[in-house]
Amino acid sequence: MSALIEIEFRLNGISRRVSVPLQMSALEMLRDMMGQHGTKYGCGEGECGACTISVDHRTVNSCLKFAVDCDGRDIQTIEGLAATPFGETLNRAMVEHGAVQCGFCTPGIMMQAQQVLTDNPDASRAQIQRGLEGNLCRCTGYRKILDAIEAAAHPSPAVD
Amino acid sequence: MAELRNYAAPRSLAEALQVLASGPATVLAGGTDLMPQSRSARVRFASTLLNIQGVAELRGVRRRDGAVEIGALTTIATLRDDPAVRNGAPVLWQACDHFASDQIRNAATIGGNICNASPAGDTLVPLLVLDASVVLASGGAAGILERRLPLSEFLTGPGRTARRPDELLVEVHIPVPASGWVDRYVKFGTRPALDISTIALAVGGTLLDGRLENARLALGAVAPTAIRAHDAERVLAEGPLDRARIDRVVDAADATIHPISDVRASDWYRRELVHNLLRRMLTDVCPN
Repeated sequence: MSALIEIEFRLNGISRRVSVPLQMSALEMLRDMMGQHGTKYGCGEGECGACTISVDHRTVNSCLKFAVDCDGRDIQTIEGLAATPFGETLNRAMVEHGAVQCGFCTPGIMMQAQQVLTDNPDASRAQIQRGLEGNLCRCTGYRKILDAIEAAAHPSPAVD
Repeated sequence: MAELRNYAAPRSLAEALQVLASGPATVLAGGTDLMPQSRSARVRFASTLLNIQGVAELRGVRRRDGAVEIGALTTIATLRDDPAVRNGAPVLWQACDHFASDQIRNAATIGGNICNASPAGDTLVPLLVLDASVVLASGGAAGILERRLPLSEFLTGPGRTARRPDELLVEVHIPVPASGWVDRYVKFGTRPALDISTIALAVGGTLLDGRLENARLALGAVAPTAIRAHDAERVLAEGPLDRARIDRVVDAADATIHPISDVRASDWYRRELVHNLLRRMLTDVCPN
């Protein structure tokens, strides 16, 4: 039996304490121990971006992060982002622009879109595209995703 | 596979070195190579996992005494955003800009990229052309010993380095090139992002009257380590960079490399890439 290490970190703003095996990835911890099922397991080696989370306000592939290294950090998952005003705006834009088909890549795309627009609120379409180079989508062809993120960056006033 | 039994997450370099001095440990930095390599059993864990992420003194970029000094834990994203790197070492900046993806750049460290010692490691070719050296520390509470090695001597084989088990790579040292220095870097792959180099090339030198003086040429993914092509550098230094000399430089580089055939390219194709891209870079750097 592998050693268990107790760690403590903030998950979507709430302090959490958990004991994790040394080899465990942050993705396994979040999905299997903490109910964060929005974070997806795609490739397991950092190629697809479906497991993207934010650690201390920078996006990383949670499949490549050791769970023990989450100790003391501030972690946001798609469940946390979805509950923010920007998350709601982006969510609506993704739906309105048909940017979601199977939906598997969507949480990772939204996490990375938040990062791109936080770093540069006026990001051009090309800059958004560049920022998403670590996220694969096999359904949409990306165009609708880019449309949605551009729309979320410059939301028009609500009409309803 | 060996079982990890112990975990250490020190806050200072002295503590980290003490852990290394007390027995075999696997060093965890960004984890972007260690995680997939350990899962596929390409890397075996030692009994202790040493997480050095808490050692703040190993982070950051400084410009000092004509050198750019980079802490081993500095992420590729930090390097990409650092003006000292962009101005003082533009080939390294380019490599960082083309490194994997945003998510990996945010986690991966320069020390990790070097110690992973992949023949295709993205920072290695620019660092070799910049004549970088690495600082290795050992010891502990009683005192810290440091030694400095040229990167070309540090890399000894695929996944192998001259780092002793009790040592930690703490800093990368890049002498700022003299004025008049020009360089070029190219990474060839099938897509711009998230690609392991099919080959990588960098050339640098001081341009003077059509000659490339103090020329350096480095190549990646064409030998067991990223390498300097010293014979080709000598040909470069002998005279003006005309068409005949470029031919001879390409021939010398071809004689130095030992590419393999793998899933990314055949050895024949890698040689073709080296010939054509090197010729293009040399023509571009000094259009005679």
